Amino acid sequence: MLHDAVLVCRKDLRIELRAKIGLNQVAPFAGAVLLLFGLALGPSRQALEPAAAGLFWVAVLLSAVLAVQRSFAVESAHAARDGLRLSGLDPAGIFLGKGAAIAAQLLVLEALLTAGVALLFGARLAGGIVLVSSCLAASIGLAAVGVIYGVLSSAARVKETLLPLLFLPVAAPVLLGATKAWDDALAGRAGSSGVWMSLLAVFAVLYVAVGTVAFGPLLEDT
Amino acid sequence: MAPAVSLRDAVALAGSFPLLAGVTLDVDEGEIVHISGPNGAGKSSLLRLCCGLVALRSGTAIVLGHDLALDRRTVRLLVGYLGHETFLYEELTVEENLLFALRASGSSTSEAKADAKSAMARLELTGRLPGTQVGKLSAGQRRRTAIAVVVGRRPRLWLLDEPHAGLDHDARVLLDEIVAEARSGGATVLLSSHELGEPGAQQLADRVVHLAGGRVVGAPAALESETAHVA
Repeated sequence: MLHDAVLVCRKDLRIELRAKIGLNQVAPFAGAVLLLFGLALGPSRQALEPAAAGLFWVAVLLSAVLAVQRSFAVESAHAARDGLRLSGLDPAGIFLGKGAAIAAQLLVLEALLTAGVALLFGARLAGGIVLVSSCLAASIGLAAVGVIYGVLSSAARVKETLLPLLFLPVAAPVLLGATKAWDDALAGRAGSSGVWMSLLAVFAVLYVAVGTVAFGPLLEDT
Repeated sequence: MAPAVSLRDAVALAGSFPLLAGVTLDVDEGEIVHISGPNGAGKSSLLRLCCGLVALRSGTAIVLGHDLALDRRTVRLLVGYLGHETFLYEELTVEENLLFALRASGSSTSEAKADAKSAMARLELTGRLPGTQVGKLSAGQRRRTAIAVVVGRRPRLWLLDEPHAGLDHDARVLLDEIVAEARSGGATVLLSSHELGEPGAQQLADRVVHLAGGRVVGAPAALESETAHVA
């Protein structure tokens, strides 16, 4: 299973490095989301700084939809999804590989957006361990949910609109947990973010477990 | 000797629409069978059923000694399928696509490299082509890359859905040679076309199975008799 996961992850990341969709489209989109929210809230740092964590994670969440759509668009072209089914790869390995590739892209995006909130909103990046570990747990959780709903929606004719509809409500606990953990860290209360970190960890473990079991039937039957 | 493919009253559905409406068919190991029939007859569905891309709704399907309903993954490792689509990734090069497919089917890195090199050479994907991204290839070159994936996997059962489509004359001749080589190596081949008189398919096949409406409507024992019947 791990061999298959590594194979799929390397393939997906190689495709993304060549296509540069993440760099040329997803990252600018996330930056635009930050900028537009900033404009909506006004130029006052007093208004922007408390909202920095929430705006950061809304931008990540919306960008995650694009990353997941892109991951499955690659499998739709030339019916590569059928090629994956025929390949002999363990479905759980495919799930973990695609999830790892999406999580890696989200982590890079989060690094860029962190610089964005520091520059645009004047956020002081305190509580580094909480910031990094919440990014890790949230990225894994979002990627796991994204791959589950990505494969489910990719077979539908209305996949572009179906994925956000399925993904965003389920990912709401990540938005909540990660925003609260970041709020605590940025406000210098990193020690009180334990409950939110636990929520993110449980969410990630739960959806990785569900996806590992359910991805095979979803790939075959949808 | 057990048949390579044994279908009994095989039914496959797309929603409530019958793709296959009770197909019974035996194909011996080492045999080349030409599946013919008009558009919508069920040729592609029959081939896709044999590799588990289409689900069996009722009946039985034993492929290379494995029950498709119970052991689909094993069957898929033993089968090579060439469909209407190429299953290739446009951003990867020809060689990377082959290596991914071969590593996915369980080959070690060194085996995959050797098999990919040999398959690319056989399909005349040489010079700059192995390092060219598939998205930059012509349709015919992509088709040859897809065939190279099947060749590299060295399957025991070849499922070729209209394999000559999109190939120029030289590539068609090359494909026929490859299929003949596969058979002489002990592989079984099912290939489909909607034309009974398609030269490549007809010359290669030991017999023709004619489908219509998702059923077998004729399975002459010898190609010669079928050819005479058509004429």
